[in-house]
Amino acid sequence: MTFVLEVLISALIVLGGIFALVGSVGLVKLPDLLTRLHGPTKATTLGVGGALAGSMLFFFGIEGTLSIHEVLISVFLFLTAPISAHFIAKAHLHEHVALRADLPPTGREHGWSTFDGVPESSDGEQAEHAPRG
Amino acid sequence: MADKAEIDKRSFLQRWLPHPLLTVVLIALWMLLLNSFSAGGLVMGALLGVVIPIITSNFWPERPPVKAYGKAVSYMALVAWDVVVANIEVARLILFRPVDQLNVRWVTVPLELRSPEAITVLAGTITMTPGTVSCDLSADGRSLLVHCLDAPDAEEAVRQMKERYESRLKEIFP
Repeated sequence: MTFVLEVLISALIVLGGIFALVGSVGLVKLPDLLTRLHGPTKATTLGVGGALAGSMLFFFGIEGTLSIHEVLISVFLFLTAPISAHFIAKAHLHEHVALRADLPPTGREHGWSTFDGVPESSDGEQAEHAPRG
Repeated sequence: MADKAEIDKRSFLQRWLPHPLLTVVLIALWMLLLNSFSAGGLVMGALLGVVIPIITSNFWPERPPVKAYGKAVSYMALVAWDVVVANIEVARLILFRPVDQLNVRWVTVPLELRSPEAITVLAGTITMTPGTVSCDLSADGRSLLVHCLDAPDAEEAVRQMKERYESRLKEIFP
C-alpha cells in the first residue's frame, strides 16, 4: 500500500515539475510579453498544484496527518495570478502605446479603460459599475 | 467616511457585520492557516473576522449579490476541470506549435454582467482557462479585452466564453 502511495506521490510531483518546466519553456520560446503571459498563468498553476497535491497525499497517507495548508496555497494562487496578469497586461499597454492601434473596438462608445478615462456620469448607473481600478 | 445621518440609517447587523460571508471566510481561513484546532485560535479568528470587514466596508459598501450558492460550487468544479484542460492545451501549444503558426489575437467580449464582483470573477476565470488572458475593461465597464494565444476563429472563442462562463455567472449573480 505504501509503495502504491509513494509511486502516486512521485508521479504527482514529477507531473508538477513537467508543467512548471513547460511554463518556463514558454517564457523562452514565445515572442512578446503578451503571449508570454499565457505560460505562467496556466502551466504554473498545474505545476504548483501537482506538487501541492503530492504534498497533501504524503502527509495524509504516509504521515497520517491532515495538512490543509496546501489548499490555502492554491486558493491564494488562484486569487492572485489573474490579478497580477491583468496588471502586467495593462502596464504593458501603457508602456507601448503603439499597441493601441491593434486593439479591437470596444463595441461601446467609450474606449478601453487603460487609455480612456471613466466616463462622466451622464446617467448614474454607468458610473456606478465603471471599473474602479 | 459618510456623514452621521447616513451611518445611523444602517441597522445594527449592517454596521457590525457588513459582510457576513466574508466574516465566515476569514474565520475559516484563519483556522486553516493555524492547521490545528484550538479555542484561542477560534477567538482570534472571530476577532479578525469581525474587525477586517468593518475596516474595509467603506471600500466595499455593497454586499456581493450571490444568490445561488449551489451553482457557485458547481461553477468552481467546472473551472477547476477547465484549468487542468487549459494546462494541457497550453503545454501542447508551447511545446509542439511553431510560434509563427499560433493564431495570436485580441478579442472583445461584450459583457451582459453588471455587478463588479461578477465581472471580476469572469475576468479571473478567463485568465485561468484555455489560452486566454483578460487584459482590460472598456471605460464604461461593459466589454472585456481578452488576449488569445491561439484562436483561429474570434467569434467562436467569444461565444464559448460567454456560453460556458458568463451564462453560468448570470445565474449566480442575478
